[in-house]
Amino acid sequence: MTTSTGTAAPKKSAAPTTPAGKAADYLDQRTGIGVAVKEFARKVFPDHWSFLLGEIALYSFVVLILTGIFLTMFFVPSMSLVTYHGEPASMDGVLMSDAFASTLHMSFEVRGGLLMRQIHHWAALIFMAAIVTHMMRVFFTGAFRKPREVNWLVGMLLMIMGLAAGFSGYSLPDDVLSGNGLRITDGVVKSIPLIGSYMSYFIFGGEFPGEHIIPRLFTVHILLVPGLILALVALHLFFVVLHKHTQYPGGGRTDTNVVGYPLFPVYVAKAGGFFFVVFGILALMGGTMAINNVWNYGPYDPSPVSAGAQPDWYMLFLEGSLRLMPGQTEFVIGGYTLSLNVLIPAVVVPGLLFTFLFVYPFLEAAVTKDKREHHVLDRPRNVPVRTGLGVAFLTAFIILALAGSNDLIATHFSMSINTITWVFRILIFVGPWFAFWITKRICLGLQRKDRELVLHGHETGRIVRFAHGEYIEVHRPLDEQERWLRVNYQAHEPLAIEPATDSRGVRRKGYKKDKRLQRLSRFFYEDRIEPVTPDELAAAHSHGEHDALEGGSHEQIEAGAATVGGRRDLVEPEKGADERP
Amino acid sequence: MKALAARRHHRFAPVVLLLLALLVTGGVYAAFAPTPANAETASTEDIETGQKLFQANCATCHGPNAEGTATAPSLVGVGAASVDFQVSTGRMPMQMDGPQAIQKPRQFDEEQTAQLAAYVASLGAGPAIPTDEQVDAELGDAANGAALFRTNCAMCHNAIGAGGALSEGKFAPPLWETSERNIYQAMLTGPQSMPVFNDATMTPEEKRDIITFLVDQREGSAGGLSLGSLGPVSEGLWAWIVGMGLLIGAAVWIGAKSS
Repeated sequence: MTTSTGTAAPKKSAAPTTPAGKAADYLDQRTGIGVAVKEFARKVFPDHWSFLLGEIALYSFVVLILTGIFLTMFFVPSMSLVTYHGEPASMDGVLMSDAFASTLHMSFEVRGGLLMRQIHHWAALIFMAAIVTHMMRVFFTGAFRKPREVNWLVGMLLMIMGLAAGFSGYSLPDDVLSGNGLRITDGVVKSIPLIGSYMSYFIFGGEFPGEHIIPRLFTVHILLVPGLILALVALHLFFVVLHKHTQYPGGGRTDTNVVGYPLFPVYVAKAGGFFFVVFGILALMGGTMAINNVWNYGPYDPSPVSAGAQPDWYMLFLEGSLRLMPGQTEFVIGGYTLSLNVLIPAVVVPGLLFTFLFVYPFLEAAVTKDKREHHVLDRPRNVPVRTGLGVAFLTAFIILALAGSNDLIATHFSMSINTITWVFRILIFVGPWFAFWITKRICLGLQRKDRELVLHGHETGRIVRFAHGEYIEVHRPLDEQERWLRVNYQAHEPLAIEPATDSRGVRRKGYKKDKRLQRLSRFFYEDRIEPVTPDELAAAHSHGEHDALEGGSHEQIEAGAATVGGRRDLVEPEKGADERP
Repeated sequence: MKALAARRHHRFAPVVLLLLALLVTGGVYAAFAPTPANAETASTEDIETGQKLFQANCATCHGPNAEGTATAPSLVGVGAASVDFQVSTGRMPMQMDGPQAIQKPRQFDEEQTAQLAAYVASLGAGPAIPTDEQVDAELGDAANGAALFRTNCAMCHNAIGAGGALSEGKFAPPLWETSERNIYQAMLTGPQSMPVFNDATMTPEEKRDIITFLVDQREGSAGGLSLGSLGPVSEGLWAWIVGMGLLIGAAVWIGAKSS
């Protein structure tokens, strides 16, 4: 079909003869779609598996919409009470809300209903997991740099909308678990000073749980949030096309080109096929692994809370943050309660985490003073502080998520829950710092290793003995591709700022701000490993040759080495003798 | 009727009514109160063998006459049900001091356990071992059991009895492997951190309903592999391991350089 369109596009050529060609021509003459198809079909995308992470998110979102439409046909978003009759035995004859009863009905009576519910829920977990891994790829490779800062913000909003979709969907079935989640939400809202209790009444339409929250969440879940996600996805993809795709560093790849394959036919086949792979894996999970069996929890009633009551994984960091907070931090001031024990873990901590993600691209641009466009990605090791900060962030997130699972850790590893909680309370302050430090050191170490490799080449394991008894190991120089990868990066330096006073000794405006920025910039770029320069490379090679040319017989040895595998480099005789027996 | 109506304002009427009310309450209580059951028809021989077993295996901690010591409680009045629960699940005799007694292979066989139970029951009245009918899951109502379980048990044992953590290394064990009789005895005697649900707070029928609900859970989930029924944390873990594992594997495959 698309091929025919391609042939039909040059309008003045011979008229199409095949039925498909005629149909395409008909369409093209009326819509001019041929131009767009031609443009898109030739769009080049680089090849790398990590560029497919965002596609996993996109495709699970499509699966979410498809299964969600099915579920909407049977779900009753109402909190009015009914007596349920039917499977399972543990729910037969129990008084429950319409929302919960319809969830049971669609799970046990509707053909394929439970499968659809389970695919929907697994797809939601994978949707968020894919978003987070996609964000990690973008962060660690510096794909958020100019001109993509705005698209990073769009992605952030998409992640927050994903959280909103997950949260509102989790609360819909009106089982004990989802009610517990809403109760925590209610507590968090009420902890906000001054307006908290009014907000809670506003959200729930009265005292918790009221009768309005399920219908309201339903509207949010099936209309508002998916609509926003769709719009933001469109914007996100529009930016990808507009900016062109980033590419990993390598030979021939620059900020002005894109090395890869055209969209048609390679990526149409790959991406189209990948959709079915994603759908297939989600269907497999939905078909074989039980998820959120609401009848286990029973209809919502504010009194019971079961052990193991936790949110879905992407909200687990909030649960952990709440579990770690000591309860003594609640104060009563003039008859008003200030619940710092809820406010700090559930509002301030996520606020800090999200703020970091929102401002990071702009922060880095400010301390780098880099106004260039970047289309070639960074290797994480070449930006040690960014990589360290990213790992520190992930460490904090993971510690909080583990703290939210402290009861399961306690039962499964036979430990005391009190000890676990205290360990995490300390780790949440120490862990990220430690992770940052280790990661930064590893990055710097890898950069040094790269330098070493570029200057001296690969170890070959071949030991050569000179006539006068000296041993050396033969090193093989890197080929051009390997070298390009290791030397073609920019090691930013701390900002140089203008002095505090001008030539006449007058205090300069904005000096203090510059000074602060410089201090921050020093934190980022003080420790850095410069890439090998051509001069250094030449020096290293002549040094090797110098060694080799020392004695008369050396020339022959080098010549012998060169006949085996091209140019050979003889370096560091003493070291070579120590390293290999 | 007229005579009663005429005297209802008599100044002694409240006193008479109060007496009547007390009489009725007392009478009803006497009729319905849980009878402290004794070990049924335990022979003196059983009791004597039980005593010997006790003195050989339990007296170190519980004292020679089960009167308790600084390290272990008195067993006078705990009843046969408690002994049967602790000994048949292997929790007693305890082999190691820890946050709580751990379930392990039982040390005494059925007969010895019965003899020990008979001995302890002879020291003072306490709850008896439940009958087979009392723990028959076929006779209970799963829906009522589920409701009772949600309000009384789920906060420690998880929504469907997968177990949960308590403070300082103690825990509420999973209940799917526990025998019906042991579940009943646990409710009746409240071992370790567990509260006692005597027949006044939870009738024998209600206990049986809970057993029915728990036995139902052994069949697994209608949705496929239950993943331990531990809730969203294990679901998230599996989403990452299985879901993201497979998907990233597929991405690497698709993203591999095509020639």
